[in-house]
Amino acid sequence: MGKLLFTAELVLLGCLGAGFFLPKWLQFMLTMAMANGLVSLGLVILMRGGVVAFGQGLMAALGGYTAALVFEHLQWTDALLLPLLGGVTAMLITAPFAPLLARYRGIFFSMLTLALSMVGYGILVKTDSLGGSDGINMGRVTLLGQTLPDAAVSYTLLAVTMCFAAVSLVWAKVFFASTRGLVTRAIRDNELRVEYMGGSVAQTMAINFVLAAFLAGMGGALAVMALGHIDPNFSYWTTSGEYVFVAILAGSQSVLAVMLSSAVLEVVRSFSSAYFPTTWQFALGLFLLLVIRFLPHGLGSLWRSKSPQDMS
Amino acid sequence: MQLALTILVDGLSYASWLFIVALGLTLVFGVLKILNIAHGSFYALGAYMAASAVALATDWNLPPYFSLLAMLLAAVMLAALVAPLTERGLLRFFYGRDEVLLVLVTYALFLMLEDITKLIWGANPYYVSEPYGLFGNIDIGSQSYVGYDLLLVVLAGLVGGLVWWGLNRTRFGKIVTAVIHSPEIAASMGIKVSRVYMVAFAIGLFLAALGGAFTAPMISVQPGVSVGVIIISFAVVIIGGLGSIEGAAIGALIVGMARAMAVHLMPVAELFSVYVVMALVLMFRPEGLFQRIQARKI
Amino acid sequence: MSGLLSAQGVQKKFGAVVAAQDLHIHIQAGERISLIGSNGAGKTTFVNMITGYIQPDAGQITLDGHNIIGMTPRDITRLGVARSFQIPQLYASMSVLDNMLVAQTTHDNQLSWWRPAHSAASRDRAEAVLERFNLLSHRHRLVAELPGGVRKLVDIALAMMGSPKLLLLDEPTSGVAAEEKFPMMDTVMQALDGQALTALFVEHDMDIVSRYCQRVIAFYSGRIIADDLPSVALTHADVRRYVTGEPDA
Repeated sequence: MGKLLFTAELVLLGCLGAGFFLPKWLQFMLTMAMANGLVSLGLVILMRGGVVAFGQGLMAALGGYTAALVFEHLQWTDALLLPLLGGVTAMLITAPFAPLLARYRGIFFSMLTLALSMVGYGILVKTDSLGGSDGINMGRVTLLGQTLPDAAVSYTLLAVTMCFAAVSLVWAKVFFASTRGLVTRAIRDNELRVEYMGGSVAQTMAINFVLAAFLAGMGGALAVMALGHIDPNFSYWTTSGEYVFVAILAGSQSVLAVMLSSAVLEVVRSFSSAYFPTTWQFALGLFLLLVIRFLPHGLGSLWRSKSPQDMS
Repeated sequence: MQLALTILVDGLSYASWLFIVALGLTLVFGVLKILNIAHGSFYALGAYMAASAVALATDWNLPPYFSLLAMLLAAVMLAALVAPLTERGLLRFFYGRDEVLLVLVTYALFLMLEDITKLIWGANPYYVSEPYGLFGNIDIGSQSYVGYDLLLVVLAGLVGGLVWWGLNRTRFGKIVTAVIHSPEIAASMGIKVSRVYMVAFAIGLFLAALGGAFTAPMISVQPGVSVGVIIISFAVVIIGGLGSIEGAAIGALIVGMARAMAVHLMPVAELFSVYVVMALVLMFRPEGLFQRIQARKI
Repeated sequence: MSGLLSAQGVQKKFGAVVAAQDLHIHIQAGERISLIGSNGAGKTTFVNMITGYIQPDAGQITLDGHNIIGMTPRDITRLGVARSFQIPQLYASMSVLDNMLVAQTTHDNQLSWWRPAHSAASRDRAEAVLERFNLLSHRHRLVAELPGGVRKLVDIALAMMGSPKLLLLDEPTSGVAAEEKFPMMDTVMQALDGQALTALFVEHDMDIVSRYCQRVIAFYSGRIIADDLPSVALTHADVRRYVTGEPDA
């Protein structure tokens, strides 16, 4: 554990340092990659329990809208506060639904999460106080009471997102190796036996769902801070599909792979849009197929073997 | 009273094309156990093909009713071309794998088809509205209803009837039913399961394309058309029950009427009313209103 | 020796099928008992009622003084009941050791989001149990890669992790090659030795039954037709007619 923290701190400091020298467009891209990566990280937690959630976009939207609304109406603008608020709100709103969702598996779980996210979308589009289909704009965040000069905004957002990402990744790694993480994997393999052993599958899955919502809400808030804008599309099924894409690409074994895969998505999206506008979805689709066919355990399996000592 | 009739016609015509599309989706799930996200892409392809076919028919100065034939042929051609490619060239490598995994495979296919469609037809919208006026208007009371909308209802009834008859009254239909219940046992009885899969998938694709082709005159055919169709046809199929023909019909009616009512009576609810129903069905009767498979719940 | 499990007047019907008819069974702590009977005779129903997956239509079942009727399977597990399965129910993508740790964790019911699953204490405990089953050398292998006989042992070892008072073994030697049955049962019995528990075996192999149990309860059509020492029960006329299938002398 100590070693993990030490390595993580080192890597974080290195990244913070390196990030300073990157051009603004790259800083933005990495910020978005990590913010979205957090949403996918939540998805991976659920995948380790054997279910694929097709509605994480709703959680991200809950976090993002929370951030945008408190920014606008309460003038709470701190870059460290908003993601936390986003995470907590998403978590609180999801919690009542978690026990229900925890009882579903397979296609039905996926379709239920999909349906709920589309309900969210429908509500968001038609609610004028939330900006309707135009959404809400968000201004510039502050950091610990300080307003940010123009030149520092992009890097600050990157640094803040990096810190949240690093903490989340470390937390996730600890979680995967924990007793709860172990039982989650067992549920995926044979939930019947878990029940026979006296474990509560529903409770474990419900808690995982709430944790995933927290991460997604945080990620959503961070994304809105970087974009300066949120609209109901965050909750549309195609957005959720992108989070699923990243999770599948990453696999459920390595937490770093999630961030890497999220970065891949952003890179493909940005470069394709710039150079080959009608190919980025094709590229994604092809990528996904290749991963499913040839790398079914995701990118993470490239450097983490399925060896028993491997806990994550 | 007039409003009620308007809602009814609106809802029915919406339900009609939705039924045709959902029927294809539910059929493919029933036989191949694949919930096909790309089904909406096939719908879009049908719409685009129809747009091109009608444009061609117009160029060749064919009589106006020929455009209907052109639309039908477009759907048939599409099925004949794309189905073998998709089923043999892609899907069969993933048979027997987890259902959700197959959904992801079809999601990948959907992504690819989005761009392929754009590459072939470009990003600008196509308007092929001439066929829409073919059947004139029918006046009831003070409201005017487009005859084409009623054609859709007839078409839906025809398609539903044909599929029902095909499944229940023909020898091939019995074979398909056997495969639906158990591919392994069917295979051990000498049934060529792979051929049944091929045909079922082709019919499913055809139905999606047919739905697309015949709604093309009512919409602007442009990139992104598939996205909305995918999600709403999923709603229909979940509500009605995966794998059930009657379910597709009832589901389409419920969704069609819900949407029509929302649009005319409570526009605020338009978008989410359908998905609320979908979520409620999943929560209280996950196998759908017409049970065919059991929901996996603990 | 105190009474551990007591069933009185237990009835269960599934539609027209009588799965349990006025069952009276009294089991003391420490016994080694075999449940025999042809398929559909009611043994599995009885096992499912003891583990809480089926509720009897009538009658009483007490475990260690507690009335278990109406209790959830999870609560009954907490009282000290564990079972193994005819087809091993394991966590296929995980190692043997990880499988044991899951059993440990769920038994302790101390799920934590941060406490590592692989602590020294948990590992030691798991390895101690594995050692008793001669499975220690397999501890890092993935369950999916293990041969069938080893998987059956793992399945039983998992049930042992919770230090149960009552261990139910569902056809432990089914699917095991003939020449491996005795060595396997030797291992199992030796692992159970010295543990304060009661073992119920559901078995079809009469050689196993007569060799490893001190008491046989025979089922037929939902009723108990014999409840005695193996030598007596197995030669009982009804048992020969309905269970072992030996022709009348």
